[in-house]
Amino acid sequence: MNARADRALAAREADLARARAVLAGVPDPEIPVLSLVDLGVIRSVEWGEDGRLRVGLSPTYSGCPATGVIRADVVAALVSAGFPTVQVHDVLAPPWTSDWISDDGRRKLEAYGIAPPPAPVASVRALAATDGPPRCPRCRSANTELLSEFGSTPCKALHRCRTCLEPFDRFKCI
Amino acid sequence: MSTAGTRSPAADVATRVRYLLRIADTSLVLGQRLGEWIGHAPAIEEDLGLANTALDLIGQARLLLAYAGELEGRGRSEDALAFLREEPDYLNATLAEQPNGDFGDTIVRQFLLDAYQLELFERLATSTDARLAEIAAKAVKETRYHLRFSAGWLVRLGDGTAESQGRVQASLERLWPYTRELFDPDDTDREIAAAGIGPDAAALQAAWSARVDRVLSEATLRRPADSPYRWYGKQGRHSEHLGYLLSDLQYLQRTHPGASW
Repeated sequence: MNARADRALAAREADLARARAVLAGVPDPEIPVLSLVDLGVIRSVEWGEDGRLRVGLSPTYSGCPATGVIRADVVAALVSAGFPTVQVHDVLAPPWTSDWISDDGRRKLEAYGIAPPPAPVASVRALAATDGPPRCPRCRSANTELLSEFGSTPCKALHRCRTCLEPFDRFKCI
Repeated sequence: MSTAGTRSPAADVATRVRYLLRIADTSLVLGQRLGEWIGHAPAIEEDLGLANTALDLIGQARLLLAYAGELEGRGRSEDALAFLREEPDYLNATLAEQPNGDFGDTIVRQFLLDAYQLELFERLATSTDARLAEIAAKAVKETRYHLRFSAGWLVRLGDGTAESQGRVQASLERLWPYTRELFDPDDTDREIAAAGIGPDAAALQAAWSARVDRVLSEATLRRPADSPYRWYGKQGRHSEHLGYLLSDLQYLQRTHPGASW
């Protein structure tokens, strides 16, 4: 009896791990090199009291048009992985921060040609020290300049490398 | 309140909905105005900047309108509130609906409202209304970025050529009278402040004023004298400009009710 209950519980836990693995394979619609897990927008994956799978999602920007697409992609990926009913809910607090982009995600961004935000730091003073110009994702030069505070999506700004002269996107640090 | 763990502030529902609509409508109307710049800004970077700011503002409005609709409990969705309310039901600050004018006019309007929204959202982030506090905490980060853009341009235009300085000073004189409404509390504001939902108007004004003065001084611009005249957009009495803006904003839903894609 207990053994059976334990097995059922273990199976439900295993399903959650599988759901997380599925989401780690769902690309961001605007920056497909990042998965939703890399981006840090998946805040929770759990079983609801009604037996449905519940996914908590933190939008990056209040008005980001990709949020609706992300929500639909999450449901589609989980349904096709065998989870019949999936409920996605917004998690506004605490608000999403670029600190939540995974280390792996930062490496993928740079390899893709987008300068990642600086790695999270422990204090405001440490942040001020890292808030210099971004490194060029192509030639690694630190001699770069800001072209535009805003870029092709709400989460990016536009910079230019003074060494290789190439413009590049930078993930905004918020 | 149905949400577990949310403290219920002691202001009645109608007052709370009215207060939410004031904040939501100011973001929505300002976002719609900025959207008019798309394809017309002086350079691609400014086009992107204004459009991205518009997107954030409309996103904030969606979150706030959805909440206002739920709280009101009459089944009105964010879309119903945005697209089907008449002009006197819109409660945005009159400053937000002022026409774009030239780029300097837009930057001045944006700067005055960015500085206002930053102070407002920072305070709403500790509101006794937990849901409003969440929305505001998200908006603070975006607004800080907006202010960096508008304040940066105000300094460049103000501390620029004689031509740019003269024009942007004239914009400031023209738009300044509309700022009074932002800090002139009525019964709704007082009730909301007493319930700990929103900030005290005088404290908000002092913080805004100090921030604005710092930037104006860097921009070598003169702070205009305060005007005795008051506007009442937040009570639904608007300047002549809002009706035209709403006819653009609402055209599709009015012409093809329920249309979606």
